[in-house]
Amino acid sequence: MNILVFIEQRDGTIKKSSFEAVKVASEIASETGGSVTAVVAGSHVRNIQNLGGYGASKVLHVADALVDQYSSTAYSKLVHDAVMKSQAHVVFLSATSAGKDLAPRLAVKCDGAVAMDVTSLHVDGGALIATRPIFAGKALETLTLQTDVQIFTLRPNVFSAGTPTESMCPVEALSIEFSESDFSVKTTGTSISSEKIDVAEASMIVSGGRGLQGPEHWYLVEDLASVLGAATGASRAVVDAGWRPHPEQVGQTGKTVSPTLYIACGISGAVQHLAGMSSSKVIVAVNKDKDAPIFQIADYGIVGDAFEVLPVLTDTLKQFLGK
Amino acid sequence: MNIFVCISHVPDTTSKVVIGAGGKEIDPAGITYILNPYDEFGLEAGLQLKEARGGEVTAICVGPEVVKETIRKALAMGADKGLHIVTDEMRDSFGVAKAIVEAIKDRTPDVLFCGRQSIDYDGWQMVGLLGEMLQWPSISVVSKLSFAEDGTITAERDIEGGKETVASKLPAVISTQKGLNNPRYPKLQGIMAAKRKPIEEILPSEYQNRVHVLDLKKPPIKQAGSFIGKGPDDVAELVRLLHEEAKII
Repeated sequence: MNILVFIEQRDGTIKKSSFEAVKVASEIASETGGSVTAVVAGSHVRNIQNLGGYGASKVLHVADALVDQYSSTAYSKLVHDAVMKSQAHVVFLSATSAGKDLAPRLAVKCDGAVAMDVTSLHVDGGALIATRPIFAGKALETLTLQTDVQIFTLRPNVFSAGTPTESMCPVEALSIEFSESDFSVKTTGTSISSEKIDVAEASMIVSGGRGLQGPEHWYLVEDLASVLGAATGASRAVVDAGWRPHPEQVGQTGKTVSPTLYIACGISGAVQHLAGMSSSKVIVAVNKDKDAPIFQIADYGIVGDAFEVLPVLTDTLKQFLGK
Repeated sequence: MNIFVCISHVPDTTSKVVIGAGGKEIDPAGITYILNPYDEFGLEAGLQLKEARGGEVTAICVGPEVVKETIRKALAMGADKGLHIVTDEMRDSFGVAKAIVEAIKDRTPDVLFCGRQSIDYDGWQMVGLLGEMLQWPSISVVSKLSFAEDGTITAERDIEGGKETVASKLPAVISTQKGLNNPRYPKLQGIMAAKRKPIEEILPSEYQNRVHVLDLKKPPIKQAGSFIGKGPDDVAELVRLLHEEAKII
């Protein structure tokens, strides 16, 4: 079962979720036999050969400045070419904005099918069995793809990338003849908030809800996040109230996150919020109300006033972490 | 302009999910079905485009007879007609897209809107499947959108850490994100008018599902916390547990 892994990069740096995807691919390939090839696009991507340390046996590199920026039409063409070249029957992408955009177009090109936002994957009787959340995580669907080419987008931060070995792998140029029509969607600009870590990519998140009682108290959330090197998140209620921007919203109509640590402050735990964060590895809840539903899924919690608890938590962590 | 909007008939977000007897589908009993919230942004975008340029908005839905209730909601919002692709079988995303493309490709479509995902199966696939099948550009998760006279599209997409601006041209498939617009509420007049608007029925061609569902399960119940403290005095213990037990700091 040859596997092709789509590697995502931003400004020349390969994303952590791509390493996770390569690692999963190499684990699967070691069970089923087959090679793991990675494909990456862009003229300034650094340390491509390090993908070998996660288990790639080769990387196909489309080193063309035309594809420095993501384009759904151009990228689905180049990944399709890579599928053909690597004779892959399985393709892994991360379930990121680009991955989710690209996978279905690729499925049509390859006459295959996609399982989106997979949280678990294993081999059984030679077939790949994938599990993915549906109904905002209220159920889990286990499935196989009955097509010659099977495409899976993997939820970031669920699969471990492990520790890479020192192996380097060969990088082979893949040249693609692009025409103007391949760029029928063109990225003309990006605006990335560089000071903040995006919740969707953070390994730790400190999130605030209505219990914080107003945007002027958000320093309590931000100070704690800062000590942990965490991103800040928000419940729908506070985003709708205009206290926090929509990109911070975690939940069914916001983002789905799977961080290692999720600290929910003054968040009651409505079903729609849980949908966005219940697959976090460790959940800590701070809420005045002992009956708040968030305590039912929290691993640890403090029933107390966020205004009293958060400063103490921030200071204690500061001392503990030697900051 | 021929504006098409793909809509889904989905359980509302507060529905309790019960797995049906066969273990492969959700039990519909007791569930309130609604128009997929993300599709409402698509409908609103379609209606605004029609108001600016003239034309017709058709709401398309794939499913059994009961989805007509959802098509009527779209008509009540202002869509001109409905197109119901009738099937009692559960189709995977590929099959739904294929049926839609078959249905509209000879109707000189100018634009196709859909929501970024349907809140039941959370597929996120329709925009890309439709785009590639139609050989049109596709732009997903759009939070800002404008059309120039010549059909040029300027859109803003949500990406990790910020936004991406993209340029494209009609005809295109666009999937809509919350915040793109404020979907209008159907007024009584619209609801009454919806009863008289036409819903065309067509049958899709045969399709074999590519996704084979083995089972549906409830997620493992997270046990309630091992430690719930009572105030700032318990913070020290919490930190100790995070370090020694959870081993994450």
